[in-house]
Amino acid sequence: MTTIAASPPRARRSVAARTWAFVKRHALMVYALLVVAYLMLPIAVVILFSFNKPAGKFNYVWEEFTFDNWVNWNSVLGIQDAIITSLKVGLLATVVATALGTLMAMAIVRHHFVGRGATNVLVFLPMSTPEIVLGASLLTLFLNTSSIFQLGFITIFIAHVMFIVSFVVVTVKARLIGFDRHLEEAAMDLGANEATTFRKVTLPLIAPAMLAAALLGFALSIDDFVITYFNAGGTQTFPIFVWGIARVAVPPQVNVVASAIFIVAIAFALTNVFWEYRSAKRTRGAT
Amino acid sequence: MGTFFHRHRGATPYLLLAPGVLWLAIFFLIPLAFLGYESLQSGLFPSFEFTWQFSNFSDGIRDYHEQFIRSFVYAGIATAACLLLAYPLVYWIAFRAGPWRNLFLLFIVAPFFVTYLVRTIAWLNILADQGPVVSILRDLHILGPDGRLLATTFAVVSGITYNFFPFMALPIYVSLEQMDQRLLEAAKDLYASPTQAFIRVTLPLSAPGIVAGTLLTFIPAAGDFINAALLGTPNQAMIGNVIQSKFLESLDYPSAAALSFILMGLILVSLLVYARIVGSERLTG
Repeated sequence: MTTIAASPPRARRSVAARTWAFVKRHALMVYALLVVAYLMLPIAVVILFSFNKPAGKFNYVWEEFTFDNWVNWNSVLGIQDAIITSLKVGLLATVVATALGTLMAMAIVRHHFVGRGATNVLVFLPMSTPEIVLGASLLTLFLNTSSIFQLGFITIFIAHVMFIVSFVVVTVKARLIGFDRHLEEAAMDLGANEATTFRKVTLPLIAPAMLAAALLGFALSIDDFVITYFNAGGTQTFPIFVWGIARVAVPPQVNVVASAIFIVAIAFALTNVFWEYRSAKRTRGAT
Repeated sequence: MGTFFHRHRGATPYLLLAPGVLWLAIFFLIPLAFLGYESLQSGLFPSFEFTWQFSNFSDGIRDYHEQFIRSFVYAGIATAACLLLAYPLVYWIAFRAGPWRNLFLLFIVAPFFVTYLVRTIAWLNILADQGPVVSILRDLHILGPDGRLLATTFAVVSGITYNFFPFMALPIYVSLEQMDQRLLEAAKDLYASPTQAFIRVTLPLSAPGIVAGTLLTFIPAAGDFINAALLGTPNQAMIGNVIQSKFLESLDYPSAAALSFILMGLILVSLLVYARIVGSERLTG
């Protein structure tokens, strides 16, 4: 009788004890997974609340599941224009910044010239300056030269190129440093001129780095709030739109757009992870 | 090799550099000069005059030292929190996650794929008074019946921690990943306990990552104003909030410009102090 009565709690205790033993043995893994959960929590909330049907104007409390927000994602005034502006700025600024940054990286890595150190500092400085100072200083330039620059699309574009360039330089530089110059020498020895060598050898080899830099630049551009906020005038990018509407009430459509951006970005990144995993497997198989 | 450099000597590097350098000069350096010019002006919007108004700086420190101190304290706590959260995670990813490494790295950068403002607003949902976290904490009597998480220092600091976490995690991961595993085996062969091996081998070798991560987290955190604006109240206002509102709301450009320079100067000073502590060769890499 007593043994029967006593056995269930003992079993439970042993389950608890076993769990505790597991946690102790794998403490590091448990901690790591908890941190991952913490990182994922807000993302899950953003996606979840994109399917919410808020009772009032505040989308803070879960009410009811609906697809309406996804179907009518552009029913909030201004949201569609803001996204189009964001995409336009992102694409334009990325293309220009990738071109400028790649050229700079090539000069810095492959040439020894007077002022190389200074150039490195010039590239490093914008990355180590708080965004608010970058935004504020650009605004003072534009205010003092208002006959040339009117705040709006063009000033947002200028600002984005300015802060993306440094990231492009750093990304492409890292790739160029591990670059085998003998390949180019071989091409030239085989009679290719400089232009052909660049087109047929150099460009294909640094293209992945340029693509990585461009993706990073685009992500930075589309996410930027602070610098854009200072230099946007009346023009709205998506983050500016969110800021404006956050003072009233954030509609679930904002979550829809953010979720969509997230899903596209994750798809790109997962493809990349999968790609690297496969090529790593292949090289392992080859050796 | 020699011939290669020879062929490219001369104007080529400068031609390659010209567009990018010009862009950075015109839209980064010259604006800083304009900001400096602006910070020494006086008057009321829209008629400011350049009068060597150094009092903008002393007034800025006098009136807003509270926000300056708060910015650096919040950024410091958030940086420390990032380090405590990130180090074990990336250590596990680098040494224990095996083939899942890249996937877990993706988890680290995933927050960056959600628009900054939107992921900060998500914390509004999580920490909301009617939300699950607050009600659990109230049930456990950790929070009083009217206790809240939103609009507190805790909310602002945890928002900053979350938003800048990847800046801390990635450099540490890179430094751990480059580590030669044989060093740990050597330490073991020399009878080091796992703890000793960690303290004497792993930690020093990951120091460059920690230093880089600390800088990359601390600098943007000190200038941040979004977390304080969305998750806090004026009682949690940081210097970024002051600069932002002076520039864009009260249109007091000279004072805002002076505050921006003080912020940059203070960050520079803390970098120098930090460099003295950790050794300057680690800062420049």
